[in-house]
Amino acid sequence: MLVLERVSKEFHGRRSLFSARRTVSALRDVSLAVDHGETFGVVGESGSGKTTLTRLILRLDIPTSGRILFEGDDMARLSAAAMRRLRARIQIVFQDPYASLNPRMTVHDIVTEPMLIHRATLGLDQRSRTARAAELLAMVGLAEQHLHRYPHEFSGGQRQRIGIARALATGPALLLLDEPTSALDVSVQAQVLNLLHGLQQRLGLTYVFISHDLSVVRYICDRIAVINGGEIVETGPAQDVFRNPANAYTRMLIAAMPDLPAL
Amino acid sequence: MIEPPLLDIRDLHLSMTSFDGEAHVLAGVNLSVRRNEVWGVVGETGCGKSLTGLSISRLVPSPPARYLGGRILFDGRDLLALDEAGMRSLRGHRIGMIFQDPTTNLNPAFRIGEQLVDVALAAHRRNPDILGIAARAGWRARRRAARDLAVRTLAEVGITDAAERIDAYPHEFSGGMRQRVLIAMALIGRPDLLIADEPTTALDVAVQSQILALLAGMVKDHAMGVILITHNLGVVAKACSHAAVMYAGTIVESGPVVDVLRKPSHPYTRALMASIPASGIRRGELKGLPGQVPNLIRPPHGCRFAPRCAQAAEACQAQPPRPVDLGGGHMAACLKLAPAAEAA
Repeated sequence: MLVLERVSKEFHGRRSLFSARRTVSALRDVSLAVDHGETFGVVGESGSGKTTLTRLILRLDIPTSGRILFEGDDMARLSAAAMRRLRARIQIVFQDPYASLNPRMTVHDIVTEPMLIHRATLGLDQRSRTARAAELLAMVGLAEQHLHRYPHEFSGGQRQRIGIARALATGPALLLLDEPTSALDVSVQAQVLNLLHGLQQRLGLTYVFISHDLSVVRYICDRIAVINGGEIVETGPAQDVFRNPANAYTRMLIAAMPDLPAL
Repeated sequence: MIEPPLLDIRDLHLSMTSFDGEAHVLAGVNLSVRRNEVWGVVGETGCGKSLTGLSISRLVPSPPARYLGGRILFDGRDLLALDEAGMRSLRGHRIGMIFQDPTTNLNPAFRIGEQLVDVALAAHRRNPDILGIAARAGWRARRRAARDLAVRTLAEVGITDAAERIDAYPHEFSGGMRQRVLIAMALIGRPDLLIADEPTTALDVAVQSQILALLAGMVKDHAMGVILITHNLGVVAKACSHAAVMYAGTIVESGPVVDVLRKPSHPYTRALMASIPASGIRRGELKGLPGQVPNLIRPPHGCRFAPRCAQAAEACQAQPPRPVDLGGGHMAACLKLAPAAEAA
């Protein structure tokens, strides 16, 4: 469904009076393929290139070299109109539910905004947008009465549910989950992970799950890629990677995991 | 004879005035820490774990805070009865603190070395042994000694080329290195008690495990007592000798870490552990905790966990449960664990 072929991304620093232009290679020759209906985990520490990868998949940035194919189409070759249609098919849930919801918008406005932006693709009038927003809230475990409230009236877990409802508004096929639970307490994290799992089964969604938390990734992902210094150092089914990590860096990460002892 | 505890918190009650009323944020916290013990204080957002730590160093601003009762005995002295000058003589010198965010807790405008030297000089005024020279020694001699100590302490926390890096500014250090600097700063006055509030939360796992190992080494070398405040039970399992689980301003379960994690007895501890995606749990099997943390302005009358507890009975709502001794220092505050005679 989503294929990255030898994708690299370089950022150029500004040339100063005294030094040559510095080039930072954020991603190097990254290749991966995400299948329909699976949860694909991307694990790495800060600075490993996780965020650059999300920005490329969302086409907020353009790769320096390599191709990104979504459902067989090369993103770089799509017309502006086709790209707009495609954007409705890929949505993102952000890490920080406190920063990613506009405090001056009601939940209704937050959840209907993507439908408004993509009205040409979705063809929903105002009334059906509102009806769909109520439906989406029910889907994520909130109620219709929450529609006219503001983000500050919700707890962190509830806000993340609103973020998920917003991501589902355009009926996407692929959800990018960028550390969706790292700002939440564990008991709330468990609820959100279970919600995501349930939604995937109901709606047949494909997830790209980006995280630094290995225990969460082990729990929720079918396959994972371990990324370090902009390169994928290991990839495979989650169970295998955790049981028999082949790469030295992966082994170090797993050894450093603050896991509960087997009880 | 057993040594008396270094720190003994007894029935601490703290309230905070807010616009909506008075919130009873700590409701009878009991905790004692001896030398060489590392206590993991664990709980979710708003459970009072940080306020417990800040209360020990008396850094909770009052107002809005008000201590309603209880005592915090440090080496036999009640810290709640001490004035600000008395507290200042303890902070940084007998009681060290490390906070979560290494970026905001270092002054960006001063070199690392200067910040460490300041702390060393202040501690030296209370205890000349720290620099190994007389308190009345000349300013230059004291500064030189303080700088030497700063270099040694930085090396001790694992910063290579400490003698050169001491003149760097905080922004020249990575997050893990800054956290090491904060640890060095907390240790330079040779505290007896170290309070570390989420010292590794902002760090990557590899750096986290280095910092935890470093702390463990420090405890051994200096015979400190440590309170490690964290939301991560995995960190408690890895780094602590004892654990105290907090919920809504009370310690619901405490004891040696092996007992608390192997034989979790309070329903909240069990629920917390069931919500961790540990190895071997299959997708969809994780159990979250339904409901929300209670409003502390109008807390539940009896057990504060009762509204979310699957095993709650009517009696649980009558009065707060007393801690039940489960043996070997393992305590849990749950009515269901009380002997039948007492429950009746």
